[in-house]
Amino acid sequence: MERFKVIVIGGSAGSFQVVTRILAALPANFNIPVVLCLHRLKHIRSGFEEVLNKKSTLKVIEPEDKTKLQKGYVYLAPANYHLYAEINGTLSLSTEESVSFSRPSIDLTFDTFSYVYKNKMLGIILSGANRDGLNGCILAKARGTTLIAQSLEEAEIQTMPESIIQQQLPTYILKTEDIIKKIIALNKL
Amino acid sequence: MLLNKDTDLSLTIIKQFQTFLFEKYGYDFRDYALSSFKRRVEHLLFFFKSGSVNDLIRKIDANPSLAEQAVKEITVNTTEMFRDPSFWRKMRDEVLSQFVSSPVIRIWHAACSSGEEVYSMCIILQEMGLLDKARIFASDINSEVLANAKSGVYPIRSLDTTKSNFDRLGTSGKLENYYKVSSDQTTIKYNESLIKNVNFRKHNLVSEEGFSKFDIVLCRNVMIYFNFDLQDRVMDTISNSLFKGGFLAIGSKETIVWCSTAKDFQPLSVEEKIYKKIV
Ligand SMILES: C[S@@+](CC[C@H](N)C(=O)[O-])C[C@H]1O[C@@H](n2cnc3c(N)ncnc32)[C@H](O)[C@@H]1O
Repeated sequence: MERFKVIVIGGSAGSFQVVTRILAALPANFNIPVVLCLHRLKHIRSGFEEVLNKKSTLKVIEPEDKTKLQKGYVYLAPANYHLYAEINGTLSLSTEESVSFSRPSIDLTFDTFSYVYKNKMLGIILSGANRDGLNGCILAKARGTTLIAQSLEEAEIQTMPESIIQQQLPTYILKTEDIIKKIIALNKL
Repeated sequence: MLLNKDTDLSLTIIKQFQTFLFEKYGYDFRDYALSSFKRRVEHLLFFFKSGSVNDLIRKIDANPSLAEQAVKEITVNTTEMFRDPSFWRKMRDEVLSQFVSSPVIRIWHAACSSGEEVYSMCIILQEMGLLDKARIFASDINSEVLANAKSGVYPIRSLDTTKSNFDRLGTSGKLENYYKVSSDQTTIKYNESLIKNVNFRKHNLVSEEGFSKFDIVLCRNVMIYFNFDLQDRVMDTISNSLFKGGFLAIGSKETIVWCSTAKDFQPLSVEEKIYKKIV
C-alpha cells in the first residue's frame, strides 16, 4: 500500500468495540496520525476521550480548533462540532448543520480530509446504523483516497459499511483483525 | 455536494472569489479557514444555481443585493439557546454572580447570529435579578440574522433543544414564562421585555475596530471560521474591548493560547473556556 499521511476512521452504532480493538493494537511508535469521527451524544462532552485513552497505546485527544495534526496521536472529533482538515496540516472545527442527524458528521470529515490528503489518506468505515459517510466516501474515492469497509459478516450494524460497498467504493472489505494487520503493516513502510 | 473530482474547487478559484468579494463589496473573507469556506462556496453555487465560481462572480457582480445574500449563505449561522449548558452554569455562578453589587454590567455578544445566545443571557440575568442593570450590545456581520434576533421569533421545533438545554441549567425558573407560542403553533416569540437593554448592531469583526469597553465579551464559535492570523487580529480587537478584570467567553473547543494577546488573560475555567483579563 501507499505511504499514507493520515488514517481517518468513521463509525457509529456498533463501532466502539472495533475502534478500541484497533487502538489497543497500534504500536507505541505508530507514525501516522489517526482521526476518529464517531457518532456520539451531543450532551456528553467528556468521558469518551478518557474511555478510549484507557484502551489506546497512543494518546487520544479531542482537538481544539487549529490543533496541528501530528504522528503519535489519535484525534477524536469533539461532541457537537464537525472536524475538518486544513491545507496547512492543522485541524479545524465547525458548527455547520448536522448531517444525517450527526455532528460530528463522517461525510464532512471525509470530504475535507480527502480534499487535503487525496491519495495520502486511508479512510475506514465501520459499523453504523445510518448512511452518514457515503457522500464523504464518494468524494474521497474520486480524489484517490484508499477506502476500507468493515466486512458485513462482522459489522454489528451493516447499514453504514453496506452503503459504501454497494457503491463499490472500498478497495478492501475486511474484518477487524485484518484491518489491524493492514494498518500495522503501514508503519513499516 | 459536488461529486466529481474534475469539479473540485481549486485553491486558486476560491481565492479569486474572496478577492472579488473584497474588492467589489468590501467583505473580507480572505483569511477565513479554508476548508469550511470551500464548503460554503459549494453551498453558494447550489443556492444561486451557478455552474461555476466564475458564473457566481458574474451574478453577484451584476446585482449588489445578491452580495448581502451571499454573505448570509457563506457564513455559518447555526446557534441554539443555552448551547453548552455547563458553560452557562459557570457563566451564571462564577461570572455574573460577581456583578450582584455592581451598578451596571456591560456585555458584548460579538457574532450573536440570530440571537439565541442573547436571549439565553437575558433569561439568566432576569433569573438573577440583574437584567435591569445590564447594558448589552449584540452584533453580527449579517443583517438578516440580526433582524431575526430583534424579532425574537423562532421555529417551534427549536423548543426541543432549548428545553433540554434549559433543564440542564439547574434553575428553579420556568422557561414558559419567557415566550409565547403563536396562534398557529408554528413559532414562539420571546418576551420583548427580555431585550429592553439590548442594542443590536451590524459589525464586522474582521474589518472594524471595537466600539466600546465591556465587562464581559462573548465571542463563541465564530473564530473557528478564521485562520490563525485572523484569530490573532480579532483577539486584539476583543482584548481592547475589555476592561481590566473583565471576562472573555469563547466556544467550548476554541482556544486563545496561540494568540499574542493570550498573555493578557488568565483562565477562569479551562473546561468552559472563560478567561479573565488581567491587564
Ligand atoms: C456559528 S454562529 C455563532 C453564534 C453564537 N455565538 C453561538 O456560539 O451559538 C457564527 C456567526 O458569526 C458571524 N460572523 C461571521 N463572520 C463574521 C465577522 N467577520 N464579523 C462578525 N460576525 C461574523 C456569522 O454571521 C454567524 O452569525
